[in-house]
Amino acid sequence: MKITVAGEKKDVKDGLTVAELIVQEEVETPEYVTVSINEEFIKNDTFDTYVLQDGDDVEFLYFMGGGR
Amino acid sequence: MKIILRREDYNRMYEHAKANVPEEACGLIAGKELEDGTRKITKVYLLENIDHSNEHFSIDPKEHLAAIKNMRANGLLPFGNWHSHPETPSRPSEEDKRLANDSRATYMIFSLEHEDEPVLNAFHIEGNDGERTVRKEELEII
Repeated sequence: MKITVAGEKKDVKDGLTVAELIVQEEVETPEYVTVSINEEFIKNDTFDTYVLQDGDDVEFLYFMGGGR
Repeated sequence: MKIILRREDYNRMYEHAKANVPEEACGLIAGKELEDGTRKITKVYLLENIDHSNEHFSIDPKEHLAAIKNMRANGLLPFGNWHSHPETPSRPSEEDKRLANDSRATYMIFSLEHEDEPVLNAFHIEGNDGERTVRKEELEII
C-alpha cells in the first residue's frame, strides 16, 4: 500500500503498524514523538496496535517544550 | 554550526516574548541550509505556549503540525524551536536539556531577564538522558 510519511510518498507492507513504521523510519527517541495520521493525533499507547491504511498521511512530531 | 537570523525576525521574536511576559513565549524556526552548512532562518513562527507558565513551555501540537506543513509547502527546512526566559538567562535549563530530544534541532533562547538588555542565543543539544552536551552556536543577526 502507499502512504505519505513526512510529506514523502512511500510503499509499505499491508498491515503495517505505527510502531513498525517508527522502527522502519529510524525515528530517534520515539518515546518523545507525537504521531498524527491524516491530521489527527493518536495516543502514544496505541502505536503497537494502530494499523495504517492505504493513503494515510503520517507525521512524526517531536514534543517541543522546556522550562526556565 | 552558524545560524543567520534577519533583524526583522529578531524583532518579531522580541515583541512576541515581551507581549507574553510573565509567561514564556515560544515558536519554531525554519529556513534554508547554505552550502557551508550555515542555517539561514527565513521564517519564524510565533506560537502559543499551551502551558501558559513563566516556568515552562509546550508548543501546541496542532500549531506545530500546521507550521511543519507550511514549511514544507514553502520549501523550508524545520530547524528547531525558540522560547523565551522572562526571568532567567539565555541558556538551556536542566528541563530544556532534558526535553531537547531532536539532535538535529537548533534551540534558541531569548532572555528578557534584564529588560533593557535582551539576549538571544542559539544552542545545539545532543546526547542521552543525563548526559546532554550543549554547544552554543554562532548567531549572526543581519
